[in-house]
Order: sequence, then C-alpha cells, then structure tokens
Amino acid sequence: MIKGQVLTGGRGKAGAVRKVSSTQEAKSTARQILAISVKDFPVKQLLVTEMLEIQAEYYAAITVDREAKSVVLIISAAGGIDIEEVAIRESEKIRRFEIPYVQESDFPETLTQWLSNSFPDQALCAQAVQIVQSMYRLFRDKDCSLVEINPLAHTAQGRLVAADAKIVFDDNGIEKHPDIVKLSNPEEYTADELEARAAGLSFVSLSGEIGCMVNGAGLAMATMDGIKLAGSSPANFLDVGGSSNPQKVLDAFRILLRNKQLKVILINIFGGITRCDDIAQGILWARDKLGITVPIIIRLIGTNEEQGRNMLNEAGLIVTRYMTDAINEAVNCTRKGSKS
Amino acid sequence: MSILIDKKTRVIVQGITGRDGSFHAEAMMKYGTQVVGGVTPGKGGRRVGTLPVFNTVREAVMETGAQCSILFVPAKFAPNAIREAADGGISLIVCITEGIPILEMVDLYHELKRKKVCLIGPNCPGIISPGKSKVGIMPGYIHKAGGIGVISRSGTLTYEVVFALSEKNLGQSTCVGIGGDPIVGTGYIDLLEMFENDEQTEAIVLIGEIGGVEEEKAASFIKKSVHKKVVAFISGSTAPPGKRMGHAGAIISGGKGGAEAKIKALRQAGVIVVDRPDLIPDAL
Repeated sequence: MIKGQVLTGGRGKAGAVRKVSSTQEAKSTARQILAISVKDFPVKQLLVTEMLEIQAEYYAAITVDREAKSVVLIISAAGGIDIEEVAIRESEKIRRFEIPYVQESDFPETLTQWLSNSFPDQALCAQAVQIVQSMYRLFRDKDCSLVEINPLAHTAQGRLVAADAKIVFDDNGIEKHPDIVKLSNPEEYTADELEARAAGLSFVSLSGEIGCMVNGAGLAMATMDGIKLAGSSPANFLDVGGSSNPQKVLDAFRILLRNKQLKVILINIFGGITRCDDIAQGILWARDKLGITVPIIIRLIGTNEEQGRNMLNEAGLIVTRYMTDAINEAVNCTRKGSKS
Repeated sequence: MSILIDKKTRVIVQGITGRDGSFHAEAMMKYGTQVVGGVTPGKGGRRVGTLPVFNTVREAVMETGAQCSILFVPAKFAPNAIREAADGGISLIVCITEGIPILEMVDLYHELKRKKVCLIGPNCPGIISPGKSKVGIMPGYIHKAGGIGVISRSGTLTYEVVFALSEKNLGQSTCVGIGGDPIVGTGYIDLLEMFENDEQTEAIVLIGEIGGVEEEKAASFIKKSVHKKVVAFISGSTAPPGKRMGHAGAIISGGKGGAEAKIKALRQAGVIVVDRPDLIPDAL
C-alpha cells in the first residue's frame, strides 16, 4: 500500500491511498500520489506499508466530549472511510462510553464489558481491550484531544491492526511535551499565520478588504460580523491578545500590510488589561516606520483611553469611541477606494 | 441583591505577588471590593501594599475569613491552586488564568461539583456587581448599578455590551464572564437560574459565540425555566468553519457550533437575538 501523508481526512476518496503489486507500479503510483492535493494540502510524504488482508473494519476513538465534560470512548463495528456518514445515518451502530474522570483499577474489566458487543469473539475483544487501553494511556500522558484509529482492521490472520490513525494534541498541553512539539509541521499554516504565531498574535487570513486589528477573540469576531452586516468583508481575524505591548501592535501592522487587497485598516480596541496608550504608541510607531498608504480607522476605549486618544489626536489621527461608527467609516473607505 | 458577589464578599488573591495579581488586587480594592489578603507559596509574611500575603489558602481563610478567591496563577500551577482553594474553605473561585489543558479541566470540573464549590472560568474576565464588588479584570468605570444581568463567554465583547448598556442608562445587577474555554466551571444554565431567582435582576443579556452547543442548551433551559426577558448576541456569524478564532472554544467543527443554529434555537425559546452589540439596549 502507498499512502499519502497529509494532515487531513478524506485521503482515500482523493486517491491518495492506493494498492500496488510491483515495484514498477509502486514507482508510477507514488509519482501520481505526490502530485495530488487533499483538501488543499499537497502530498509531500508517502508511507509504504504491507498490504493487509482485511476481513472487517472497526472504528475506535478517544476524545473529550465538551457537553458531557467527560473523556469518551467511541466504538463502532462499522469503521472505514464512511464512518462520518455512519455516524449520521446509522447512529445506532456507534457506541459511546464516558470514561470516569478517576480511572479505576478495574478499567480492563469495564472495557471488556463495553467492547464485547462490538466484537464477534472473545479473542478479538481481548485484543481490542489492549489497544484501547494503550490509546487511553497515550491520550492521558500526552494531553491529546483526539486519538482515533480508523480503520481498526481485523485481518485474515485474526489480528487487530491500526491501519490508519489520527492524533490531535491540546494546544494548551503541548508545552509539557517537547517530544510532540518536535513533530509540529509548519506547512499547516500560511506564512502570515506563522509570523503571527511567532509574534504572539492570533491571526487567520480571510478574503475581504478590511484589515482588522482587535483585542479579544469575541470582540474580533463581532467586528468581522459587523463589517459583513455593513456590506463589506474582513481581510482577516486578528486578536492582539490581552497583554499590553506596543511592539505587538507594530508586528500586527506588518502582517496586515503584506495583504495587497487591503483597502483600509480598522483598529477596534476595548481596553481592559490592554492599555489604550500602549496601543496608541504602537500605532504611532507603525505610522513612522512602515509607510502606511491605506487609511487607518481607530476605535479606542477603556483603560487609559484619554492618554491614548490624546497621543493620536496630537499626531493628527482621529479616534472614535463607538464600534459601529468605526465599522461604518471603514466600509465607506472601501467604497471611496473602488470609485477612484 | 445581585448574584455571586456583593459588598460583603471577602476576597483573597492567589498569585498576588505577580505582576497581574498585584495590579488587579489594587484595582479591585479601589473599586470597593473587600480584598483581604493574598496567597503566594513561599512568600508568606510579606505584604503587597496593605495586604498580608500567606503561604497557603487555608491559612489565608483562617486569618481573614475569605469566602472567595481570584487566581492570577500561571497555567502550569493553576489546576492545583484551584484544588487548594476548594480544599482550603473557599466557596467561590474565579480563575482568570488562560491556557489550562482541557483534560485538567475535565478532572477539575467533576471534582469541584462533588465538593460543591463554584468555579467561574478559567480564561475569563471575572465577575462584577456594579457599585458593590468587582472580582475580575474588567474596567470598573464602564459599569452602572441596575437591573440587567449579563452572562458572556467573552472578555472584551462583554465590555462592549456593558458600555452600550451603561450609555443608555441600563445598569447591571451582576456581569459574569464564564470564560472562553471548551470546558468551564460554571455555564450559562447555572447563571440563568441565579439571575431568574435574583430580585434585583429584571432582564438578562446573554452573549455567546461559535463553538460547542452551550447556547443551544441555554435556549432550552430558557424556554422551560426563565420568565424574565432575555436578549442575546452571538459573535462569529462570519467565521469560516474549521479555523480556530483565538479562543480554544471558538471553532466550528463537524457542522456543530455555528452561529446560525444558536440564533435559531434562542429565537425559538423566545429570546430576542440582535445583530450588533449596540442594538441590545433598544431590544431590552
């Protein structure tokens, strides 16, 4: 088997997982798979592995169910590439168990009970119990948010084999695990997103024309929604975060200005931990150093608002206290831009 | 009245000798909060301003009679600091800290429920009962005392809403930021119930965002058990699915957690859902 290695699902359907029976065929197939993109992820690595004679495909996953506030085990006797459709159309084929937050010493026994209905015989069930226990240990020890084996293949030789797997690590736990950090693949992110991460900013590229710089994720999303409502569209999501640092504002400007579609920059700051004078300082630095040609619309309110506003007013920049006014002004700028 | 905190609430600050801890201890005292001390392990006996610092929460509780604790402890140490507060006699814990791993929160959530200790957060701006007490990091001056209860998953978006309310002379009974993480100690439903039973609260503002189904669950609770007027705003209508929008919680995945479904569920429960934060006062 030749399997394209990409950090997304749907590989089989995209033709990135193929069977070959000779070296010759392997070479040409490998070349073909390396030319494929799966959901915008180009295949750059391949896994060549033994071909399994699969009798049945199971599904096993451990994840956190945020509604139940619990770690859950999900098991299905109908695994394979259509598991998501099974989950919707034949949900009775999927079994879900909450793993108690204090792990009991009789976990294997509990697992045996849970799994016995999904596996046809005891020997297979015993193998599955072993596998799920290992999955759970990995899940706990490495702060995962998902450990999934699909398919969990039952081979003609009677073995259970993890034929494919997906593991998602919790961003908040990653620092505890330097071995996992090493595995991270920068190709998951755009260049702008990587630069933003390095600068401690939370950034997502979008396709619109108004560059946004906001403090707080909720307010940033509300700003994007407001732009859409006023008839334009945001070029990005950018949260400068809770801390107060003019350098971060400068870094944020650098990232925004790389976007050539940009017609205007909208800054929306409601100071809490963030101080308005620090933001103002960052804006002034950016104006002096970066040669900005697009208009900047500034909404500044909250902690040290007066100092911030005075600094900007003295430099000839206009500041409003109202979010809707700032959004409307920014949208007007894009219209003026398109007329000229 | 008001919910969770009032003039009498005695508060300690865990992590008081840190930069944020000392800054906000002072800001809370200036607002009128009864901050009675702080805890930093190994720094007992010192003072931060006029406040005594203790080595342990238990000691602080015995000496000061505190019922409430606010945490500015780094994420690495926060879960154990929360446990220490719960075991040390604190009944209301407010965790400002962000970045606590979700598995730690799964464990803590059940532990605190069993111990009957209320946790607000983590990754939240805290609580304020305007004119009485502030246990959080929000700018106090934008608030006004009054009859609107505010519940929100966001920080600065809450300030935005409160600012709009105060501008229109709609004061607040209590504002609670429940936190942006996928698992938080206290959710919408617990707080809706408290506001429903609070005499000072005349109407409730619920601020939600994409991710999870907490807003949908809140909607069914409102339909059944809330008789006061509820107005809501949901942020993230334009966020693309699968992209993480800053908060650990704000991500649309697997077709679940989108703004549209939340808005629909809330409207079906009789909640007025507005398109912009500044439209909330008129809807009230």
